[in-house]
Amino acid sequence: MQKFGIEPKFEIESIIRLYARWVREGVLKVNSDWNVNNVKFTVQDPCQLVRKGYGDAVADELRYVIKKVVGEENFIDTWPNKSNNYCCGGGGGSLQAGYPEARRYYGKIKNEQIVKTGAPYVIAPCHNCHSQIHDLSEYYGAGYHVVHLWTLIALSLGILGENEREYLGEDLRNCGL
Amino acid sequence: MSDSKQHPDKECGGSFIESVAELLPEGGNLNMCLTCGACSAGCPATGLEDMDPRKFLRLAALGMDEEITTTPWVWMCTMCQRCTYVCPMQINIPQLVYQARQAWPREDRPKGIINSCDVALRNPGHSAMGASSEDFKFVVEDVLEEVQSEQEGMEKLKVPFDELGKTYYLNQNSREPVTEPDEMVPLWKIMNIGTGEDWTYGSNGWAAENYCMFAADDESWEKIVRTKVKAVEDLGAKIWLNTE
Repeated sequence: MQKFGIEPKFEIESIIRLYARWVREGVLKVNSDWNVNNVKFTVQDPCQLVRKGYGDAVADELRYVIKKVVGEENFIDTWPNKSNNYCCGGGGGSLQAGYPEARRYYGKIKNEQIVKTGAPYVIAPCHNCHSQIHDLSEYYGAGYHVVHLWTLIALSLGILGENEREYLGEDLRNCGL
Repeated sequence: MSDSKQHPDKECGGSFIESVAELLPEGGNLNMCLTCGACSAGCPATGLEDMDPRKFLRLAALGMDEEITTTPWVWMCTMCQRCTYVCPMQINIPQLVYQARQAWPREDRPKGIINSCDVALRNPGHSAMGASSEDFKFVVEDVLEEVQSEQEGMEKLKVPFDELGKTYYLNQNSREPVTEPDEMVPLWKIMNIGTGEDWTYGSNGWAAENYCMFAADDESWEKIVRTKVKAVEDLGAKIWLNTE
């Protein structure tokens, strides 16, 4: 908007920061009691949100929410991470650019980062990241699941419906139903 | 390679990098490269099309504009800004990439990106997947009815649409209503708990994506942003909320 000299009469916000505020204030009463089998999770830092957006502060908010939801001991970070994390290769229009081989070559680093964590689940709080990493998991055969953060928050709150589990693995398909 | 490409001095005065520098604060630091290579070492696009961020910048600095403005690498780079982040001189290579995209005739740019931009321009929600506002609203209501009737405790679940004076205007990536509508439901539930139903979707400018930006089509990008801004303001929302 700055680029076009637009001065809006409203503010712009990311839901990730609201999640953190709502959890902190007790509005979203999440906990990790559901995760009795200590299923491990890692995360993707969306470039748009972190490096190009709110910086390490929002990356920390993201991790705060995730740890509350899955359990501190069940979160395994990637290396590098936060503002220094790698782009997954799904941004900048690449999903529609018509160079799928280049896009997957680009995503090789991201795939390896995720595999190294050993976590069977990646939380990708961005649509482009979600699509790209889902594709990387299949293409490189690692088989990790890619989930939205809202899925896990709702799971933790006990309000995740049966049809809202498309991206969960068999292990969590019936959890809390 | 043509002869002229092997002798960059013949193309000196190559004005591409200068014209980009003029657009950027501090000239994007484009003339401050120390050639350290930190950018390329940490760039996942290094090696594609025999290109990397440092090489791209050096080619531009040498005035080799033809290479810069024709390499398909600019469509493989995601403009993620990691190169700038690790650069000791904070050089804005992604803006150079963006301007190089713009140097491509529109009809030669990747069809998938251009089509997504064009499709978005043709509907008031600016959905790059072509979902009309009526379709969006229909899908939302359809899914909502199912949840209300089948999920215990969700009989009164609400999804505000075009409601005036709410705090949050929530945008929505087209992917959910078009291909996986059930994925919207956890979001609604969380929004209702978090805000006390103080949010709304809108018929205009609801789609979160903007491929015109990726297409480096400034005019269309601006048009879409302006519609979205107006949509949020028309509903009197205080905050434009992204789902990511």
